[in-house]
Amino acid sequence: MATTGKKGFLHYLTTVNHKEIGVMYLMNSLVFFFIGGIMALIIRTELAAPGHQFVDGAFFNQMTAMHATFMIFFAIIPALIGLGNYFVPIMIGSPDMAFPRLNNWSFWLMPFSGALMLGSLFVPGGSAAAGWTAYPPLTNAAYSQGAGMDMWILAVHIAGASSILGTINFIVTILNMRAPGMSMFKMPLFSWSILITAWLQLVATPVLAGAITMLLTDRHFGTAFFNPAGGGDPVLFQHIFWFYSHPAVYIMILPVFGIVSEVFSVHARKPVFGYNSMVFALAAIAILGQLVWAHHMYSVGMDLTAQLIFMMMTMLIAVPTGIKVFNWLATLWGGSIRFTTAMLFALGFLLLFTIGGLSGVVLASAPVDYMMHDTYYVVAHIHYVFVTGSFFGIMSGLYHWFPKITGRYLSERIGKIHFWLTFISVNITFFPMHFLGMMGMPRRIADYNPIYADLNLLCTIGAMVFGFTQILIIYNVFYSKKYGKKAPANAWGGQTLEWTHTSSPPHEHNFEKIPVVNQKHAYEPYTN
Amino acid sequence: MAHHQDHDFFIPAPSIWPPVACLGAGLMAFGLIALWHFSALTGKVMMAAGLATVLIGAFKWFGMLIAESRARGKGEHPFVVDLGNRYGMILFIVSEVMFFAAFFAGYFFLRSGNPTWPPENIALLPVDLPILGTLILLTSGATVTWAHHSIVHARKGETIVATTLTWQLGLIFLALQAFEYSHAAYSISSGVYGTTFFMLTGFHGFHVLVGTLMLMLLTRRLIQGDFNEKQHFYFEATAWYWHFVDVVWVGLFLFVYIL
Repeated sequence: MATTGKKGFLHYLTTVNHKEIGVMYLMNSLVFFFIGGIMALIIRTELAAPGHQFVDGAFFNQMTAMHATFMIFFAIIPALIGLGNYFVPIMIGSPDMAFPRLNNWSFWLMPFSGALMLGSLFVPGGSAAAGWTAYPPLTNAAYSQGAGMDMWILAVHIAGASSILGTINFIVTILNMRAPGMSMFKMPLFSWSILITAWLQLVATPVLAGAITMLLTDRHFGTAFFNPAGGGDPVLFQHIFWFYSHPAVYIMILPVFGIVSEVFSVHARKPVFGYNSMVFALAAIAILGQLVWAHHMYSVGMDLTAQLIFMMMTMLIAVPTGIKVFNWLATLWGGSIRFTTAMLFALGFLLLFTIGGLSGVVLASAPVDYMMHDTYYVVAHIHYVFVTGSFFGIMSGLYHWFPKITGRYLSERIGKIHFWLTFISVNITFFPMHFLGMMGMPRRIADYNPIYADLNLLCTIGAMVFGFTQILIIYNVFYSKKYGKKAPANAWGGQTLEWTHTSSPPHEHNFEKIPVVNQKHAYEPYTN
Repeated sequence: MAHHQDHDFFIPAPSIWPPVACLGAGLMAFGLIALWHFSALTGKVMMAAGLATVLIGAFKWFGMLIAESRARGKGEHPFVVDLGNRYGMILFIVSEVMFFAAFFAGYFFLRSGNPTWPPENIALLPVDLPILGTLILLTSGATVTWAHHSIVHARKGETIVATTLTWQLGLIFLALQAFEYSHAAYSISSGVYGTTFFMLTGFHGFHVLVGTLMLMLLTRRLIQGDFNEKQHFYFEATAWYWHFVDVVWVGLFLFVYIL
């Protein structure tokens, strides 16, 4: 079982149990959250005042590149995969994942990939420094000569392989291993969100592999994909890269939509409002999300018609997203709401992610984007999506499911302090960035015009508070795992299988006997 | 297991081989970095060790799968296990399709971005070899279908003959491609044409090689009598993969050689 804590390294190295693998993913991602977070604080310290004072420009560039890389590939995505790994099989009434040994393989690639990425900071020339987007020509053999860039490419390759095979595992599990009576439209929304995310990962990640393979061969074998001297075109990289990386944004947010749906339903003690429309909205976001990649590159000189199409498609995403937001509000409406920490993080998500979504609609507009491109407005937008979206969602899920994973509640008292400090500090950190962006402050530059000084200092103060507040969650996890209040099987009174049909923590193969699902609809009480 | 298993799914025992394969992949990546940037010799040694580790991990892992499959018995795999394997293989092929899609997209993008195609300094290869290659791969598609018909009609000898023919055709195709490569007047580094030509046909060739190896293993397992007419997942997976490689070639042949 995942939590006895008496098992040795060899046990975890060879385990095929989806719950143990899920917990390892979560621990792995916790480590990288802090590594990425330290990098963010280095960036903010340098930007506290204009001029160069703390780190040199080259190192600053490494920090911006590696902060994003670690947070995206090693913190957020693995955290969501970890929660998915732990809870999807239980929620659909399955004893494990479809390919348990492949699951183990997918996880154990991550430490090697992470070591490669982390090691790149210590080689001569330092790590990749051209942003997580790795655009050539900055990343070609002439401008990124060191080993760091190659280590970045190979680390992303390995993480990608892990992701593709992990994704196949999720899809097969959900399609094939549901308990008797668990039809697709009775699945909890978290399972749906993982299914749809897995599909996005399956079709998008190999394209990223293609893009960075081309980059690698351009660097070492003289190919000319992105080299204009040989007839190539750097814009090609942007197209292929964003064909993955725009869906990647949805890969990082759709599972969170699933998590908050669970949390709203359980902590407002009501079934999710508009279940079917929630599923179709998820699917619509995923489909549209695959067709809008070029809105990251309006300024490369694209055809005007193409810009219009990408602009309208992008704005269209606001419609299914709006459906979800209003359905969540309707779920809360008339519910008997408990303001637990999980609920607070979910409510914080609802409020602040909506801001991030709306600034996305602003950026989607090509004429506006010409002004905002590569400014702090983009930084503000993406952090409202990733921090107040993905991070809040992951925290909400952690407070919600921790009693199921360990059999003990996380401390609500620490949790509430954690939530409120986080909620206030993220806004102090990221809200002023909207103004900085509109004032024209460029992103990824270590120095800036003194007119931006006051707001930058404010951002830095916010970031420090936000960063150090997160120590609370570490403390809470390790304290509560040992001394927390004991949780019953159904810790919150939920109506999904992980609450109703198994103990806390669940036993080795999840259920004493495979449940027979006899609810009429998802989130309604079981009668067996 | 402490309790009676009330489902048909297969939950394997813990195994060291998947993480061993991971270790091999890590060694290869670190080795490549060493080769390029630090010490060529160390790099080569690490890469060789990594490759060996990956292969050992893979052989042991797949060997375990075959042993478990035999322990369950021919045609005795529960329906859900068989179905899950099929889903898995289909999804794997989807991911492969998307990998090729990236390279095809690159090809079309670069081709449309260059005013003359092929660029003036490129002396094209004659198309007779690729036409022959196309015929060979299409024929191999036919032989693998023949093998499929034979296996579902329980004609073991015919299945083995047709499968053997298929991988032999694959080898002939690979030999033709190597021959063609050796006669190309351009290389991978002579601009976009050479780049896209060698990367597309090269990755395809690598997939033909993988498919050929899968077919060889299939032949061995057919001879050992691992399958019956009802259940032969590994046969089907290999045949699907082979058809996928075939279809990619048809796209390559059309867009890289002909049009």
